[in-house]
Amino acid sequence: MRASVGSTGRQLPANKEATTRGIPGGAPRKQGMIADVGIRIAKIDLPGIGVRHDLVTEGGHRVSVVSQRNGDRSIGIIDDDDEDTCRASIALSDDEAAALADVLGASVMLSRLTSLSDETTGLYTEQIALPTDSPYLNRPLGDTKARTRTRCSIVAIMRDGTIIPSPTPTDVLRPGDLIVVVGTREGLDGVEKLLANGPG
Amino acid sequence: MHDTTLLLIEVGALLLAMSALGRLATWLGLSPIPFYLLLGLCFGQGGAVQLGASIEFIQAGSEIGIVLLLALLGLEYTAAELIGGLRTSRRAGLLDAVLNALPGAALALLLGWGPVAAVTLAGVTWVSSSGVISKLIGDLGRLPNRETPVILSVLVMEDLAMAFYLPVLSAIAAGVAFLQGAITVGIAVAMVTVILVVALRYGHLVSRLFPADHYEPLLLGVLGLTMLIAGLAAKASVSAAVGAFLVGIAISGKVAENANQALTPLRDLFAALFFVFFGIVTDSSSLWSMVLPALALAAVTIATKVLTGIYAAHQAGIGPLGRWRTGMSLTPRGEFSIIIAGLAVTSGIVPAALAPLATTYVLITILAGTILARMPDAPWFRARVAHHT
Repeated sequence: MRASVGSTGRQLPANKEATTRGIPGGAPRKQGMIADVGIRIAKIDLPGIGVRHDLVTEGGHRVSVVSQRNGDRSIGIIDDDDEDTCRASIALSDDEAAALADVLGASVMLSRLTSLSDETTGLYTEQIALPTDSPYLNRPLGDTKARTRTRCSIVAIMRDGTIIPSPTPTDVLRPGDLIVVVGTREGLDGVEKLLANGPG
Repeated sequence: MHDTTLLLIEVGALLLAMSALGRLATWLGLSPIPFYLLLGLCFGQGGAVQLGASIEFIQAGSEIGIVLLLALLGLEYTAAELIGGLRTSRRAGLLDAVLNALPGAALALLLGWGPVAAVTLAGVTWVSSSGVISKLIGDLGRLPNRETPVILSVLVMEDLAMAFYLPVLSAIAAGVAFLQGAITVGIAVAMVTVILVVALRYGHLVSRLFPADHYEPLLLGVLGLTMLIAGLAAKASVSAAVGAFLVGIAISGKVAENANQALTPLRDLFAALFFVFFGIVTDSSSLWSMVLPALALAAVTIATKVLTGIYAAHQAGIGPLGRWRTGMSLTPRGEFSIIIAGLAVTSGIVPAALAPLATTYVLITILAGTILARMPDAPWFRARVAHHT
């Protein structure tokens, strides 16, 4: 049986028991969001077929994602009573897999945004409407130098009911844009002023 | 002119019949291999219909079929997977070889067929069918199961062992003198080792010979290289199949992936022809006399295979139910058993009765194995296993 443990893409020395039995919380702490909560994903080679990634949840349930070489992929749910047995295996098409990943990713991002408004962290999320007379109207986001000037991050732009997540410095600001910013109280005030009046 | 017309008609009708049988097999949840073998039997010596013009075509096609079967098997594995399998499941692999090869050899000696037939039958009973089994695991939705990597690593070990076994068999089946045979085997072993190392270290360089994104040159190039190396290997009596397998292993990455896709339809066609051809050359008049020995051999080697699987799964720390699943999934024999039997029978050095024995044996193990593999999912089976633990 070959098993290697990888979390956030990094390979750790294989520890067969911990890998396959998947002890949550037993993972060494590493940088980044994923390591912080002790998530352990085991990568298991299936020779001739493809690769499998196993995730053991905090509740002790095991979920497998099988990626076959021929492009087929499926999600497997492991029986809680018998950890060797797969209770259900669901095949996913390319589009379905992408859609599922999007839904999960988006829900995580949303909950992260809302949890950031927790007072104890001192970080706030705010939606700032771009003033109609803003000097940055129809100019790229990078021109605001918001991060350097205010130490705030612009995490998304909402425009016409759609969302532009993680905008790049080249994304152009348009009239009516709602800008989602994360930062300290002071910093957010600074962004508001910056967008209204420009630097200085 | 007349001959080619007849060839089209015969091959066309044959392919249509194979297609119908293939659908029947899918419907029954079985591998089509036994059906192709049976169809071939109908056309063979003592069969219902005689093929005329197309027999040479089918024979040539069956040769290409073996080459493609092995080449694609090689393409599916990376050299790293093979070495990794060798490292982790050496003991299970050894036990597998001993437990499953001995009954075959014993039967051949019991029937008084001589040592070459013993080596042949040992191979026939030893190697499980990676094609049938990986399809079965996928169909039963067991890819996420914990025992699946164990099953696959046993298959990897067997397939790798074939790279050494087939040259040995070719050498003794060619009836060469001991010294020359030893030299041939030595060459083969050295070649296999060198190619594995080259594939592991410089696989990307070999792959660079072919354009990954241009379908036609890729198809022709990989097919050409495979057939060329297979032919050269056969010329050096190392066995064409092994040459093809090694080419498959040496090619890696995106080229391997795309070549796999490009060659799969060809493999399906020619491999099917290979099974039909094996049926054709099988003497069906001695089929019935081989049913009993085949049944006995199947019973014993299914039991030994289940034992092998239970041991391998136990080593990997799998629970009781998973151990049974491992053992029972490993029981079907298939393409390799037929390739091995074909190699020996066409050399004429073993009794012709070996072909019907192998056919019946493969038929029984595929049928029984497909049923056995499903058994651990049955409520009564689970209840019994739970009761005993």
